[in-house]
Amino acid sequence: MAGPAVSLVHPAPMDHPVHARLTDVTRIYPARAGQAAVHALGPLSMELRAGEFFSVVGPSGCGKSTLLDVLAGLAVPSAGTVEFEGKPVHGMVPDGVGVVFQEDASFPWLTVEDNVAFGLRRSGVEAAETRRRVDFAVDFMGLRDFRGAYPSQLSGGMRQRVCIARTLVLQPRLILLDEPFGALDQQTRLLMGDELLRLWRETSATVLLITHALDEANLLSDRIGVMSARPGCFIDIVETGWPHDRDSRLAERADFGAVTSRLWSLLRTESMRAMGQGARAK
Amino acid sequence: MSKAAWIRIALLVGAIGLLEVACRIGWVPPTMVIAPSHMVSAMVGLLASGTLGADIAQTFSSVGIAIVISIVGGFTIGFWLHWFPPLRRAFDPFLAAYYAIPHFAFYPLLIVIFGLGSLPLIVLATLFAMVAMIVATLAGLDRVPRVLLKTARVHRLSPFEEMWRIRLPAAAPHLFSGIKLAVAYSFIGVIAGEFILSTMGVGHEIAYAYDNFDNPRMYGLILFVLGVVTAFNMLVYAYERHLAKRRGA
Amino acid sequence: MISLRSFRDPILVVLSLVAIWQVLHQLAGDSALTAPAPTLAHLWEMVWQPRFLPHLRETALAFAQALLIACVGGVAIGVLLGGHRLSGEVAEPLLVGLYSIPKITLYPVILLLFGLGMPAKVAFGALHGIIPVVLFTMNAVRNVNRSYLRTGRAMRLTPAQTAWFVLVPATLPEIFSGLRIGFSLTLLGTMLGELFASQRGLGFLLMTAIDLHDVKTILAIAIFISIFAVALNSALLAVDRRLHRRTASDSSGKT
Repeated sequence: MAGPAVSLVHPAPMDHPVHARLTDVTRIYPARAGQAAVHALGPLSMELRAGEFFSVVGPSGCGKSTLLDVLAGLAVPSAGTVEFEGKPVHGMVPDGVGVVFQEDASFPWLTVEDNVAFGLRRSGVEAAETRRRVDFAVDFMGLRDFRGAYPSQLSGGMRQRVCIARTLVLQPRLILLDEPFGALDQQTRLLMGDELLRLWRETSATVLLITHALDEANLLSDRIGVMSARPGCFIDIVETGWPHDRDSRLAERADFGAVTSRLWSLLRTESMRAMGQGARAK
Repeated sequence: MSKAAWIRIALLVGAIGLLEVACRIGWVPPTMVIAPSHMVSAMVGLLASGTLGADIAQTFSSVGIAIVISIVGGFTIGFWLHWFPPLRRAFDPFLAAYYAIPHFAFYPLLIVIFGLGSLPLIVLATLFAMVAMIVATLAGLDRVPRVLLKTARVHRLSPFEEMWRIRLPAAAPHLFSGIKLAVAYSFIGVIAGEFILSTMGVGHEIAYAYDNFDNPRMYGLILFVLGVVTAFNMLVYAYERHLAKRRGA
Repeated sequence: MISLRSFRDPILVVLSLVAIWQVLHQLAGDSALTAPAPTLAHLWEMVWQPRFLPHLRETALAFAQALLIACVGGVAIGVLLGGHRLSGEVAEPLLVGLYSIPKITLYPVILLLFGLGMPAKVAFGALHGIIPVVLFTMNAVRNVNRSYLRTGRAMRLTPAQTAWFVLVPATLPEIFSGLRIGFSLTLLGTMLGELFASQRGLGFLLMTAIDLHDVKTILAIAIFISIFAVALNSALLAVDRRLHRRTASDSSGKT
């Protein structure tokens, strides 16, 4: 869907083949009253290639969300460095990074339209451009009929679409998603997965998706990072080699199942270890 | 209107009707309770005669001032306590115990310190109502969902913007609960103070009528006070529901 | 869990209150506000006077009766209203309305109905305390997680077992909060009732002191009641918090 001048593709060309990099990142949550310190993540290293779709899978409590927080600048690593587009990331979310969270982060006091426009209005983007981008994003995410509705009037899936639209309008170069489809049923997840792929292709952004659904990771990604049980590090990074122009019908391919099986064989023992770890980390 | 509302109205009408009948046929002596219809006519008579004008003005202006100061002051104090956790930790036990203290026991001292007139009543009602607003403000600011604060950081909002655009709107329902309580407590503070301290105002008039065995006047006044307070509280409540409906709550 | 550290802040608050008290005394003078030390000394000697005990006993008796009615009656009514949805819906606005009005205006009515003396005090105290108990209990019962009840039925528990092993533990934290608030309000109502309704009790002593402009005694009695109220409220609050901690859930559910 190409409107005339409106494009979600970011204006600056991507001149960093390695879009983001984590080097020996560790995150330890300090001890608090009645609880010991928790070594949640690492040491972990990874490189995100520009324009790729990278998924992270791993057992419960392995630190996937922590990884995302550190990459986004929402959390400071206890050790190691984080780089985005060649510049260090430390405690602040860099310009050009968008995040969609697991929980519903739509603002209940604003309409869908105002929600989506929120970031643009805060950055001082002029009204006409704001309206153009909001219109585009709202249409793109299928929210046109709900522009004036409040989030509480929408289903969980639609609220997530509002959050995605709100991130989209800011033309992020790196999009981080933390189990955005966690609360949805399988069919809706598959359709949302297609949406996500479409979004990825239209924006040419780099996408990092955290998910616990192995077939979802398989379907959507160029590469999949498999994390160990806590403290999480990458056991392996699987290259899927799927064509750029893919959608959910990819699952019909004969070799699709092999990748999912590969992921599970890597994860099986780690998942059992995680189950034994029992009580919640935080 | 809902089924529950109809039943409620029916119950109230029934109870009032029963009381009316009981009073008229003499089951209930007028030295105890007078018939509801007489209460209403007494109230109307009092209001029409205009003799209550000064007392009403006195009472409701005191309440009004107390409401404004307790809401604004309560919110401000709550806000600063939230902003400075050490300060809040120091005051927490005080806030938790505040409504356990029998405030009225300290009422006479306020007269001694501030003299007669409406000032002690306003101080008393404000002190009574303000802490409810402080507690509600703290609760509201505490309960802003963490994911919304993370969203604020993703959008790289300044601390001021985060407070103004995210924390306050998210806290609004709690703030409104605080407002409701502040309103109710301001009324209670002023009227109870007037009653106990026998100074002036509608509360005092009720006590005076009781002392003089003037039941019609007393019941007329009680009906008036309860009617106004309930109506006001209901207005606040209705406004809150209107706001909440927009959020779909 | 109870370390010396957790007493530090309340003690600091108490000390600052006493300090403020002293300052106000300097500003306002002895006829307005007596200083902390002489007031507390007066309180101490007053408590040990033989004529004090009967008054204390009178108040305690009235309070205990009012508390009993408020708690037992409140929980019973609250359970009924919580269990029967329509009744709860009908009653709730009435109760909330009753909670928000200055109940002191009903005091003369209570006096007319019950006469002067103990019954009026108990009635007024119970009236104050019963409302929050009913509201909290009603809420607790209404909001019992349906899954708990379904689990009970799946295990084929009898109604009595369901009530005792599922409903009571599930509703206890909320009901206890109601009882705690009811405690404070019952005390308030009983004391208010005592101001005008009798020739005995702490409220009567307070009224006498007011008439005599005996600021020292007014303060002493007010402090005495406050200490009792705050101490008990703090104890109840500690229990309240512990009960709620067991049911506290982590809302994030993150991996």
